[in-house]
Amino acid sequence: MARVVVDPIPRIEGHLRIEVEIADGKVKDAWSSGTLFRGLEIILQGRDPRDAHLLTQRSCGVCTLVHSLASVRAVEDALKIQIPTNARIVRNLTHAAQNGHDHPVHFYQLCALDWVDVVSALKADPKKAAELSDKVSGRPQSKKYYEGLKGKLKAFVDSGQLGPFANAYWGHPAYKLPPEANLMAVGHYLDNLRQQVYAAQMTAIWGAKNPHLQGHLPGGVTVIEQLDADRISHYLFMLREQIKFVEEVYVPDVLAVASFYKDWFKIGGNKNFLCYGDFPEGDKEPDTFYFPRGALVDGKLALVPVDPAKITEDVKCSWYEGDKPLNPAVGETKPLGGDQLKGAVPNTKDKDGKYTWLKAPRYDGKAMEVGPLAQCLVSYVGGNKEIKETVDGVLKALDAKPDALFSTLGRIGARAIKCLVNLKRAEKWTMDLIENIKKGDTKTFTDYKLDESVNGQGFGLNDVARGSLGHWINIEKGKIKNYQQVVPSTWNLGPRDNAGQKGPVENALIGTPVADPKKPLEILRTVHSFDPCIACAVHVIDPQTNEVYKFRVS
Amino acid sequence: MDKPIEMPERLVEKGVSRRDFMKFCGLMATVLGLPMSFVPRIAEAAAKTRPTVVWLNNAECTGCVESFIRTTHPWIADIVLDVIDLAYNETIMAAAGDQAEEILKKTVAEQKGKYICICEGAIPTKDNGAYGQIHGKTMLEMTTEVVKNAAATICVGSCSAFGGVQAAKPNPTEAKSISAATGVKTVNIPGCPPNADNMVATVVHYLLLGKLPALDDKGRPLFAYGYLIHDNCERRGHFENEEFVKVFGDEGAAKGYCLAKVGCKGPDTFNNCPKIKWNQGTNWPVGAGHPCIGCSEPDFWDAMAPFYVAKY
Repeated sequence: MARVVVDPIPRIEGHLRIEVEIADGKVKDAWSSGTLFRGLEIILQGRDPRDAHLLTQRSCGVCTLVHSLASVRAVEDALKIQIPTNARIVRNLTHAAQNGHDHPVHFYQLCALDWVDVVSALKADPKKAAELSDKVSGRPQSKKYYEGLKGKLKAFVDSGQLGPFANAYWGHPAYKLPPEANLMAVGHYLDNLRQQVYAAQMTAIWGAKNPHLQGHLPGGVTVIEQLDADRISHYLFMLREQIKFVEEVYVPDVLAVASFYKDWFKIGGNKNFLCYGDFPEGDKEPDTFYFPRGALVDGKLALVPVDPAKITEDVKCSWYEGDKPLNPAVGETKPLGGDQLKGAVPNTKDKDGKYTWLKAPRYDGKAMEVGPLAQCLVSYVGGNKEIKETVDGVLKALDAKPDALFSTLGRIGARAIKCLVNLKRAEKWTMDLIENIKKGDTKTFTDYKLDESVNGQGFGLNDVARGSLGHWINIEKGKIKNYQQVVPSTWNLGPRDNAGQKGPVENALIGTPVADPKKPLEILRTVHSFDPCIACAVHVIDPQTNEVYKFRVS
Repeated sequence: MDKPIEMPERLVEKGVSRRDFMKFCGLMATVLGLPMSFVPRIAEAAAKTRPTVVWLNNAECTGCVESFIRTTHPWIADIVLDVIDLAYNETIMAAAGDQAEEILKKTVAEQKGKYICICEGAIPTKDNGAYGQIHGKTMLEMTTEVVKNAAATICVGSCSAFGGVQAAKPNPTEAKSISAATGVKTVNIPGCPPNADNMVATVVHYLLLGKLPALDDKGRPLFAYGYLIHDNCERRGHFENEEFVKVFGDEGAAKGYCLAKVGCKGPDTFNNCPKIKWNQGTNWPVGAGHPCIGCSEPDFWDAMAPFYVAKY
């Protein structure tokens, strides 16, 4: 048996180390480690609750905005604030735009190079590439275009300065795309580097700037005068452009890549899924969520209702004190330091060894995968018509059965499906906004009292680009007494728990074939399919709190 | 009449259009505050062999990379393919694990004193830096080696420049700026994140003139951080007229009045946001009716908070 450590895992947000044990060409065991700790929850204590959304947004600059959303909702829950309709819609529109940006960036910039061999593209026949793009892509390109692209690529490689493409696994036997498909994908990799700029502009229309938006706060959104025809039409125009890109380029590319890698519909799957749901279409939550709330257990396509009180976190294998699973509302987490920390060197050899800064979240005692696949599965069985139709269409196109979704490729495909459905629904929300303003409702903010007399507890749950995100807050005398974040990448990339159950990524890696342990390309495929975003996962701690407070279920 | 600017052959071969190239050179001259007569020199500098850049991500959120890739003049693909040799950047590089580490080692050894190091994120220093590790090395150890051997170190973002969010009170991991952690003097382009135009302009200034731009006492390029937000704010007239937003969502907010009474830190913050705005001029915080939070000032998480309480 061979132990392989991949550190750093590139093309993710944050600092991740993956260790696997390989026997007979397959992964037998796996350990996922977050190697950075920042301690944002400690920093939040004693601050103005309204500032939390700005501070927690700095958890991650890739999935920017989303921590702000969860934070303002947590404060609004604690202070019992009902936000105006315009604010709800503007938040949905900005969040949808963020997803429309994030998912294609994940596919092209973060995960495509695991499936696309850039060097092989140099062998492509431009004429055949043009024919291929005519057949599979919604934006076919000419022979002349591919000649130019190939020439540009060749000049770059010949310069000897390969920049970010240096020293990769080019030529690895696990790469299966023909040279022409590789060349087409390289073209779209470059196209999306431009497209993502436009997609980010959409979030800035009412969110001021991206990364790290500044357009809302507890109580609503700060824009009023900007809810004008000019900005609404700007948003709608950009939205339609992004939908076109997703429909014509992103989704066809996912299908084209999948058709060459069908064995990956049997690799890298999980059985338990959780989705908090998101995109409220009315005041009542979670009932009006467009993507519904729910869980799937043991691989069964049956919806299990979600009770937030069943969420626990466990630190058995994490660099914190504590030995029993606790609900995030009952924070009792203390990071190890000094001699106890032993330099934070991952111990994956001993059964009880500590090897990560991530905690192990569980739902009803089970490790749950979160993210677009969970969102699609829960929406599929939970009655979202558009998701069901799109999933069925994709499965038919690939001649695959629903169980193919429980896989590495299923995860990548689900992300594209959710992206498209989410953006299309944003057209309706834009119309809702117009109708509401037409009615004469220009309210964007609900005022509230926040002084030393104010106490309250609450939480905000969102389901964002990378999955289920929750913030829990305890306000005492108008200040933050306690703050907890349980984030998507902690769910997915967390370690083993007290019961010895592996985290979802660790579990998904088991059985992954590895042709060459020195070039573990296949491991990157499954790890990247989760779209890891580690900066927000590793500061989820609250070492000074031993406060036990009542958990409130709305 | 000056002779027409030659389009560098290297770029012609790579399919960069003359229009894009000149747009880039012109924009750089504007951002840097240089007269247009400098455009040929910018073109000349950009045409040389691509200088190697090592981009380190330490205790951060990757928001600075995200901001950087939203540059459009030039587009990020053109920067990476034609302007610089981005040898190491964990967010976009293809290589992983040992192969990634190998690139870094090789670059530091073979291009000692020649490469530019761009740092994003602070350095945790508590317990000898155990709170942040890459490839089994602490960030403190790895970064110290890379910046000490670099021709110049440019800190992008308030974390690498001043410590940033993880260094906010009580600073649980004793996070420090790059210069405080390593003792190396750095150019600082603070902001949370900084604007892509300011990052690109600083790099180009170095390539163009072979030296770093004029800096203020906090290491910030004066071309971007020489004026207060307040001085160039589009709502300055309302401030002078004493027309203020008193509560979010009020009549003043609907009229775009000054945000000083709901916490704006524009009067204390040096940055060029009102001039260049964000995301290709789409908007900026005050434009969206949100107070400036002073994100390019040292220790702003403590010095400027609470963010929604008026200081003036």
